[in-house]
Amino acid sequence: MSEASATRITPGNALRPEDIALLETRPADAVAQYALGLGDDALILAQRLGWWISRAPELEEDVALANIALDQIGHARSFLTYAGRAWDRTEDDLAYFRREPEFRSVHLVEQPNGDFARTIARQLVVALYQWELYSRLAGSTDPTLAAIAAKAVKEVDYHRDHSIQWVLRLALGTEESRRRMIAGLTLTWPYVEELFADYPLIDALGDAGVRPSSLRAPFDAAVQAVLDEADLELPAVPGAVGGGRLGRHSEHLGYILAEMQVLAREHPGASW
Amino acid sequence: MIADLRPVAGTHAAVWDVAATVCDPEIPVLTIEDLGILRDARVTESGQVRVTITPTYSGCPAMDAIRDDVTAALHRAGYDDVAVRLTLSPAWTTDWMSDDGKAKLAEYGIAPPTGKAAAGPVRIGLSVKCPQCSSLDTREMTRFGSTSCKALYVCNACREPFDYFKVH
Repeated sequence: MSEASATRITPGNALRPEDIALLETRPADAVAQYALGLGDDALILAQRLGWWISRAPELEEDVALANIALDQIGHARSFLTYAGRAWDRTEDDLAYFRREPEFRSVHLVEQPNGDFARTIARQLVVALYQWELYSRLAGSTDPTLAAIAAKAVKEVDYHRDHSIQWVLRLALGTEESRRRMIAGLTLTWPYVEELFADYPLIDALGDAGVRPSSLRAPFDAAVQAVLDEADLELPAVPGAVGGGRLGRHSEHLGYILAEMQVLAREHPGASW
Repeated sequence: MIADLRPVAGTHAAVWDVAATVCDPEIPVLTIEDLGILRDARVTESGQVRVTITPTYSGCPAMDAIRDDVTAALHRAGYDDVAVRLTLSPAWTTDWMSDDGKAKLAEYGIAPPTGKAAAGPVRIGLSVKCPQCSSLDTREMTRFGSTSCKALYVCNACREPFDYFKVH
């Protein structure tokens, strides 16, 4: 039997890479690094979204954001389990026992929740981006990445719909809700740039991954369609400095990790 | 679809039939066979029993419990060496749910999925029948419900809320 896992509700039954039937081989290092970045994006976003449970404007939104977070956790577990196979590390090792510079997530997902509109603005960007990404990654030459993406894209489709509905509701609602939606988009937009920046690893991936810059045009078109319907302008703000894929993060990530990792580090190997 | 997966050979089929008795812990009236979660069962040449399951949603917390329950059921049936594996491909869809499963779901008070996922995204609201009073006059309260796979509806006729198993 396997080592106990902190994410397990049943002790002694961690999801090991070899439990995933697809994984007959170890991923190449480049593929593992790539999966690590996508897994980290999903994991950090889920951690951020989890904060809303009991705090959202209405009960249905507590449930919706929790469900979206749960989907993201699922994607993170698949990606991290697969990445870990390259280095003999479990999903828990990677989630709880890496330091800040070892995380490969983009800055967008570590941005503060702010008010509900700001979270929705972040969700709009993430969901439209992930949908474009996973749609294409489902055609990856790496069968495991393709399988994870094919499953994830169906779930992200719901996330997309959820965020678009809320953008419309807030932007076309009251003066106050519109003001907040515009402010949320303005605060979020500097972090869009980094999602589409190609980084050195991409060249080593070939057709196993998706070139970020190739997603820019479809993403822009999808965003524009939502903004047009919501009678909003594209925020005219300069892009922020990225570097998340290389382990350079903003001041926010350390606090997220402290909260996320404290229990596992206090009680290594514990399960419940 | 479901019938196609059950192995023909007796030794494999026997393992399948044991695994097929396991229910989803969150929807105790449905077996993992009804739901299309059970994908394969076989006995390897070395005598190991190998069952393959697929998650409904990536983050479905029931998968761990299902894996343990399948293992326990096979142990009880006398199989010692059991491995339960997860596959993500092909991605699970509600199209695999058996008609029998849909009927049991409605009887339990959860509206079964309407229409087919394979038809692509349907943005028109297909009527969802209230499992309590059978009225078609129902509305979606929130697309996200008590579990990943369900949405929360309310019936305008009998005023009762109910869960709807989303087409996926």
